[in-house]
Amino acid sequence: MENNAFYVALSLLMNLDAALFQIVALSLQVSLLAVLAAALLGFPLGAAVALWRFPGRGGVIVALNALMGLPPVVAGLTVYLLLSRAGPLGEWGLLFTPTAMVIAQFVLVLPILAALSRQKVEELLGEYREQFISLGMSRSRMMPTLLWDARFTLLTVLLAGFGRASAEVGAVMMVGGNIDGVTRVMTTAIVLETSKGDLPLALGLGIVLLTLVMLINAGAYVVSELAKRRVG
Amino acid sequence: MTSFNALLNAASTLCPPTALRFEGVAFSHLGETLLGPCSFTLTGPGPTLVMGPNGAGKSILLRLAHGLLSPTQGQVSWSGEGRPRQAMVFQNPVLLRRSAVANLTHALAVNNTPRKARRKLALEALERFGLTARADTSARVLSGGEQQRLALARAWVLAPDVLFLDEPTSALDPAAIKAVETAVREFHQRGTRIVMTTHDLHQAKRLAGDVLFLAGGKIKEHTLTDSFFSSPASKEARAFIAGELVE
Repeated sequence: MENNAFYVALSLLMNLDAALFQIVALSLQVSLLAVLAAALLGFPLGAAVALWRFPGRGGVIVALNALMGLPPVVAGLTVYLLLSRAGPLGEWGLLFTPTAMVIAQFVLVLPILAALSRQKVEELLGEYREQFISLGMSRSRMMPTLLWDARFTLLTVLLAGFGRASAEVGAVMMVGGNIDGVTRVMTTAIVLETSKGDLPLALGLGIVLLTLVMLINAGAYVVSELAKRRVG
Repeated sequence: MTSFNALLNAASTLCPPTALRFEGVAFSHLGETLLGPCSFTLTGPGPTLVMGPNGAGKSILLRLAHGLLSPTQGQVSWSGEGRPRQAMVFQNPVLLRRSAVANLTHALAVNNTPRKARRKLALEALERFGLTARADTSARVLSGGEQQRLALARAWVLAPDVLFLDEPTSALDPAAIKAVETAVREFHQRGTRIVMTTHDLHQAKRLAGDVLFLAGGKIKEHTLTDSFFSSPASKEARAFIAGELVE
């Protein structure tokens, strides 16, 4: 019984295991902060690429699309080099802190949010363009209108970004270091327990992680469905 | 009804709406000339109904006049200083994914109306177009007729000098058509120049002051409504009025 992953997951939750809750809280905190920061920059960036025509625009779109598939370890390595003692941002002393993990996940999520929001905003612009020009709107005036009107689609985009952030392990392992009580998150803990051979615990943690992601997605789904039904 | 129309026309002749001039305007796309070259001036009280078979270039003419398209040749100009305030109502209204009233306050915000005044103006316009009960309903779930009325209300709050309407009633039922026509008369009464496309002869008879008849991308006729229907000069217009198929 003690070797059953579901039993382990359940008992971890039932016993309100303090270490587990710290890990879960840190995981959520890091991923949500990274996604929020990436949204604040990525959505306007995506909308701007959708709205403005400039030389090299095609290149930017291709780069954003390609970076959606950026291998997390490459992002981790880049952030590691930037933040390491000898790196350009070494003075900040951020390596092996939760902030470093937020930065790494931000780098991973930003292209997803920018590329997908570019696509969605461009679709919406196709529908609205004549009306916008008729109203005499400038491109910079169109941006907030488009972002607001795309809000339900962008919520789905946000979830895709959150999925990438919360599932990611390579980058946070490299820049966070999986330090017990400081930078250990769900995914790095699962890797550690697996390599230690404690498979039930690893699986139990996996189940908890999966449940959390499901709950967040279900919540967002319900919110957007209700809103969609009202707004049409 | 006749005296009412006469009164309207008298009112708008006193203060003629902004004049529109097309000088040798042509529009081509991918090497194909879709409209013109054509020259005409709209100086009368209107409303001007642009008529003609499908593909005659009615929508392109409207878009060139409104500035949604740029002519590949020739010039579009207006009387008076600078560009007049314009609005356009499309065949399929483009409404934002927000409540009816928010669609109007958005247009007012774009138009630099002070924040405090927006909601009041928006609610007044909704009342004028019979949409008060729908103020907080999402614009996207309104019926087709309600959506077109909302598009008219949006144009109304902008107080345009010129209003373009591109087949505004072609997807509507008779009651909704009547509401749109009433609205068009109200705009006209306010001194707004009306330029509207339609392929409905009866609608043109009901609304038009003058008719601009297009066929094959060329202007075949520009006359007052009565003479257009009683003695059309071009053979295309004669065929169109007779209900024949016009190439």
